[in-house]
Amino acid sequence: MRVARIQSVEKSIEKDGLDLSLLDPLILKYSGKKGNLIPLLQGAQELYGYIPGEVFEKISKDAAIPLSDLFGVATFYAQFRLHPVGKFIIKVCHGTACHVQNALEISESLEEALKIKDGETTADRFFTLESVACLGCCSLAPVMMIGDQTYGKLTGNEAVKIVKNIRLEHSKG
Amino acid sequence: MIPTVTVGLGSCGIAAGAKKTFEKIRAFREAENLDFKLSKTSCVGMCYREPLVEITDDTGTYLYGEVDADRAVEVIEKHINQHEPIRDYIVYTDLFDAPENDFLKSQVKIVLRNCGYMDPESIDDYEKRNGYLAIKKIIEEKTRPEEVIDTILKSGLRGRGGGGFPTGMKWKFAHNNQSAEKYVICNADEGDPGAFMDRSVLEGDPHSVLEGMIIAAYAIGATGGVIYCRAEYPLAIKRLNMAIRQAHEKGYLGNHLFGLEGFNFDIYIKEGAGAFVCGEETALIASIEGERGMPRKRPPFPAVSGLWKKPTNINNVETLANIPWIIMNGAEAYAKYGTEKSKGTKVFALAGKVRHSGLVEVPMGMTIREVIFKLGGGIKNDKKFKAVQMGGPSGGCIPEFLADTTIDYDSVNATGAIMGSGGMVVMDETTCMVDVAKFFLDFTRKESCGKCTFCRMGTKRMLEILDRITHGQGQEGDIEKLEELAYQIKDNSLCGLGQTAPNPVLTTIRYFRDEYEAHIKHKKCPAKVCRPLLTYQVDPEKCTGCMVCLKNCPVHAITGERKQPHVIHQDICTKCGVCYSKCKFDAILLS
Repeated sequence: MRVARIQSVEKSIEKDGLDLSLLDPLILKYSGKKGNLIPLLQGAQELYGYIPGEVFEKISKDAAIPLSDLFGVATFYAQFRLHPVGKFIIKVCHGTACHVQNALEISESLEEALKIKDGETTADRFFTLESVACLGCCSLAPVMMIGDQTYGKLTGNEAVKIVKNIRLEHSKG
Repeated sequence: MIPTVTVGLGSCGIAAGAKKTFEKIRAFREAENLDFKLSKTSCVGMCYREPLVEITDDTGTYLYGEVDADRAVEVIEKHINQHEPIRDYIVYTDLFDAPENDFLKSQVKIVLRNCGYMDPESIDDYEKRNGYLAIKKIIEEKTRPEEVIDTILKSGLRGRGGGGFPTGMKWKFAHNNQSAEKYVICNADEGDPGAFMDRSVLEGDPHSVLEGMIIAAYAIGATGGVIYCRAEYPLAIKRLNMAIRQAHEKGYLGNHLFGLEGFNFDIYIKEGAGAFVCGEETALIASIEGERGMPRKRPPFPAVSGLWKKPTNINNVETLANIPWIIMNGAEAYAKYGTEKSKGTKVFALAGKVRHSGLVEVPMGMTIREVIFKLGGGIKNDKKFKAVQMGGPSGGCIPEFLADTTIDYDSVNATGAIMGSGGMVVMDETTCMVDVAKFFLDFTRKESCGKCTFCRMGTKRMLEILDRITHGQGQEGDIEKLEELAYQIKDNSLCGLGQTAPNPVLTTIRYFRDEYEAHIKHKKCPAKVCRPLLTYQVDPEKCTGCMVCLKNCPVHAITGERKQPHVIHQDICTKCGVCYSKCKFDAILLS
């Protein structure tokens, strides 16, 4: 239970832009099936990038699942987010192999360069910084993952350079 | 014959750039109109040499290492076009001495028999390598389920997820419980940081896991199968989905399998949502049922009342991948490997400060030293070997002086560590053991589900003590307090997570007590890891006066003129380490 993760669901900033009808096919698919709670939440997160409060309410109403059950499950698993995230999620691996090979330096350099703390998102919604338990690429430690691209054998400076390049590339076009 | 070029496209290969290599070779083949077959495979375990490219031609098979996109063109040009293998880049071959010949030859590959030797996305490739023959043999020879279970019992196979419970016994319990509905679950929630063997098997040989599950289903009479795979392994999930679809097309999943009336079995994948505790059987079941993944009291065991309250058999990926081999080759052939009580082979994920990190499969009974030095090539940068961590957050650190311990369940348990799923993280003299203990406790504290007090509160209290020790505020009696808490948590926690969570602390206290004492009594970190216990100083010989550290110091503790050696003022310094990481001239000294 990640105590630190339990936060109140903030009222969505983009409330007006939230298209709740996207959920309908998902709810139709899983409604009434046993063991549907996690796939429903996973599907919702895939649609919106996180699970906004309104989405909880809609699933609860349409799929007839108590709100407390939904929220209980969503706060239990590390996968579910209750806040909007950046365009790119930087996952810095803090598995054992990365830890003994100075993963801390990677996280700290990125925190400094992006001016955010672990778990936060940059003001321009470009990057979210996250430390994760293990990406399973221990032979390349220390490792980080952005999108589905993995970067290995990093130093703090290299990690910052990679992130800066991504920003440069995507702000051009 | 047309030469074959095979690129290793496992997660680690892709991370090392294998996809670019693959694309480059494909583009080069088209541009130059070359005649060779290009195929892909998965990880052969030699992660430290990725990206790997294998070329088979009339003369034999050659494995090239570290083939990035540039080198790929060179290799293809020379080897395929000019028929001149580039000896310098070849890491493994049968034909002559290559640097990694020993690495592969001293292994016994049963679980990893197909990983890196076939296209994991092709069921035909798997069948060419005797795939699905084990289950066909069972059906054709009309082997009774009891006989199948007997074979597994005789083979001595024990659960490879960490527990080490005899697999045959598990099957027997589930078999003996009468129910029209039974389940087989494959536990692929590999959450132990530092272990990646299950990922490799799923990515490299998904069909062997499916076949293992089908055989288990036949033996216990199961109708439904679930693979609980962690969502962090997207490639494994993709290949499993492919494999399940292919098995359906061939009639290996579905109804009346292999022509046997009434043998109905199907498998679906359940993606985990990121909780370490879900590796525990009962928590895993709760998670599949869509609840918070919290363990419950046993008994009743899952074999009696598991998924949807039906008899359920849960096996780990590696255990299941063993099954088809055992059926094909017989229990005796399997039991030939290993020690008296631990039979067969075990896959280890070597990582950390070891030269050759990757996957190795060795017969039980090999010593830890052999694995690290013979297969692992020793310690990186010629540092001193200090300890090896086995079993992840549930395991412990085995010190150098016990490195001749043989690898089997009981000997490893005797050291205070556990076999676990097979992560082996090697540590050298620059690793602080108190910091390692803190690292694991921080992990278990975060991952504790919170159901029982001892695990929820106990791990937090232990972490606080470790935190204080690593911050130079350790007190006399802290070690004893840690020990007392540890035994309380071990004895009173509900599930395996809590019962084993103190192991990393207990083993480090047992073998590295002096390091704890150095932190507490002398406020020193011998491995120079715990920052608050270090002093940062400028080496006037090396300092060029570039002013980088001065500008970056967040508390302005550094003074000095341009091109003059700088000085760090100890009374202001907060020991954040920024100057150390920013200095390009190694001029910041730690003591």
